[in-house]
Amino acid sequence: MEKRVTFDGKLLPYALLLPQLLVTIIFFYWPAIQAVYQSFLIQDAFGLSTQFVWFENYTLLFSKPEYFHSLLTTLVFSSVVAFLSLSISLLLAVQADKHIKFASGYKTLLIWPYAVAPAVAGVLWLFMFQPSLGLVSQAIRTLGFEWNPLLDGNHAMALVVMAATWKQISYNFLFFLAGLQSIPKSVIEASAIDGASPLRRFWTITFPLLSPTTFYLLVVNIVYVFFDTFGIIDATTGGGPAKATETLVYKVFHDGRLGGDLGGSAAQSVILMVMVIGLTAIQFRFVEKKVQY
Amino acid sequence: MTFRRTLGATLFAFTALSSVPALAQVEIQWWHAMTGANNDVVVKLAEDFNASQKEYKVVVSYKGSYPDTMNAGIAAFRAGNAPHIMQVFEVGTATMMAAKGAVKPVHQLMADAGEKFDPKAYLPAVAGYYSTSKGEMLSFPFNSSSSVMWINNDAFRKAGLDPAKPPKTWPDLFDAAKKLRAAGHDKCGFASAWITWLNIEQFSVWHNVPLATRSNGIDGFDTELKFNSPLHVKHLQNLVDLQKDKTFDYSGRTNTGEGRFTSGECPIMLTSSGFYGNVKANAKFEWSNAAMPYYPDAAGAPQNSTLGGASLWVMGGKKAEEYKGVAKFFTFLSDTDRQAQLHTVSGYLPITLAAYEKVKASGFYKANPYLETPILELNNKPPTENSRGLRLGNMVQMRDVWAEEIESALAGKKSAKDALDSAVKRGNEMLRAFERTVTR
Repeated sequence: MEKRVTFDGKLLPYALLLPQLLVTIIFFYWPAIQAVYQSFLIQDAFGLSTQFVWFENYTLLFSKPEYFHSLLTTLVFSSVVAFLSLSISLLLAVQADKHIKFASGYKTLLIWPYAVAPAVAGVLWLFMFQPSLGLVSQAIRTLGFEWNPLLDGNHAMALVVMAATWKQISYNFLFFLAGLQSIPKSVIEASAIDGASPLRRFWTITFPLLSPTTFYLLVVNIVYVFFDTFGIIDATTGGGPAKATETLVYKVFHDGRLGGDLGGSAAQSVILMVMVIGLTAIQFRFVEKKVQY
Repeated sequence: MTFRRTLGATLFAFTALSSVPALAQVEIQWWHAMTGANNDVVVKLAEDFNASQKEYKVVVSYKGSYPDTMNAGIAAFRAGNAPHIMQVFEVGTATMMAAKGAVKPVHQLMADAGEKFDPKAYLPAVAGYYSTSKGEMLSFPFNSSSSVMWINNDAFRKAGLDPAKPPKTWPDLFDAAKKLRAAGHDKCGFASAWITWLNIEQFSVWHNVPLATRSNGIDGFDTELKFNSPLHVKHLQNLVDLQKDKTFDYSGRTNTGEGRFTSGECPIMLTSSGFYGNVKANAKFEWSNAAMPYYPDAAGAPQNSTLGGASLWVMGGKKAEEYKGVAKFFTFLSDTDRQAQLHTVSGYLPITLAAYEKVKASGFYKANPYLETPILELNNKPPTENSRGLRLGNMVQMRDVWAEEIESALAGKKSAKDALDSAVKRGNEMLRAFERTVTR
């Protein structure tokens, strides 16, 4: 007779799930529901007077050109950062994967920046590029280029893009390196014997075989740029000049915390929440099914 | 040995604790936003007060920048554990005033506690800023300042200018900055910290032109911004023109650019008189300050300046005995000698008339005229409806919007007129939103 352990109780599975469920409800669902509820309210900063207004915060938001400006800024910022950090880290990973001296040393050094907190990264870059005191900006000036991220929106954008890209390269590098190491060497050797050049081997074999990693990283990077670059922006530009670096997340903070407009801020968070749900859905659908080896 | 000593100390502590339950001190939480030398001043004040009596104990906590402190206080109030005393910067005044029930007005606090309190003892320009139109003081003035022009005397002499005759008008200032620029300050002739406070708010008050209707918001929340007048446009246009060759150089929205003065990079800096402590500690050159410049063709200019800095708000819903302690602490702060000493050490304004007279009589200003500059500015002329002060809701966020528009103009993306029109329009929308949340 076969021996099988069975659990008859209906309660036990739920009891085992309970801790995880509690954590999810308390830290994820409850704040999310609060945000949705708050987005239907107009309230003063102290919470002394509250009015239920249904979708007014949303209509107000979409009637303001600033919101679309911020959306556009976010799209530009995230696509530039995602593209740069993915391509630079892929290049670095491919190089580090070769048989070179001190390979492990390079790898370790390249992973380091990931340990730096975003706000600290922002301050580091600010020190280098601050218009009057920054070391790098002084060097740029001696070359005759008028570098001024305090007033020029493009300069400020370039600054946050550099800081955000630098910060993300390590993470991407790690995944690309792992992905490269899992590509069977025999396939590459076979094509080398057939006479394919290194560049051709990369584009026809390595790159397609890396596509699941690349796609996963693309989604992770976009989510990173949407949410985790807040510290960098706050420390370097504060969303300025003239909103040139104000992303959607920074705007939530700015309106809600500095402006005391909790309803409008909550409405923005709800929209962001919908975006992330969309991104995650795409990731699950495509990573699981469409991207093929 | 060590063990025995520790044991002894513990035993002593136990007996000390158990023997004085009747004399348990009432704790008063004071949240503040002062850093550096000014933080030391706050800590010292609390220590002195705690040493002066046994019933109450003031506990100070630093809560970050002014907006951070205010937001921490608001969040704490919503969570039901607000501090007793909260330091709020002047632009948060309208928000705090509108929060009836969340705050306890100072005049009421003093009356309830039976503390002697005469609003007339305080400098009118200071007390007026934090009082209702009926003259009831709502918050307790703490660190007050006004905006002044800081001058690098050495740089002036090098450029052939006389620091004893600082520029009086804006055109004079522009000329001086051009000369300074030619004499080696090619990255910054002059600069301004707090770009909106100096060039919109104080600018309007000093020229006796309305920043907003309804006495800049003091008479009611139904106020509308007015700072897109020809005079304002002319001033911004001048700054835009001078930005091109760095005769004027934009230095950010807050006071982070002040270091450009102490480092010697910018020989003229328009900023708060509270910059004094920093200049005294860090400037390695001879310096002085002077009143803010004005446009000579503007009728009535210069008028008088208005306040910056912060006041202490008492939060609502606390116990009577705690309020009594707060009232005692405010009386302690108002003491003439203490105020006179605070003024001469920190560079902030004396808040009582008696303290001002005392410092004046001591001849202190003869040797330190730069500490009197802001007081003379504030008292330059009897205030008009345009110069009593300002009280606009959503001011923190509004300042950012105004700064954004100024940045667009300085970067050449918008004309000065378009930038100010847009700043007024966007500001008015915020004022309406504020009016809506407070008038229900």
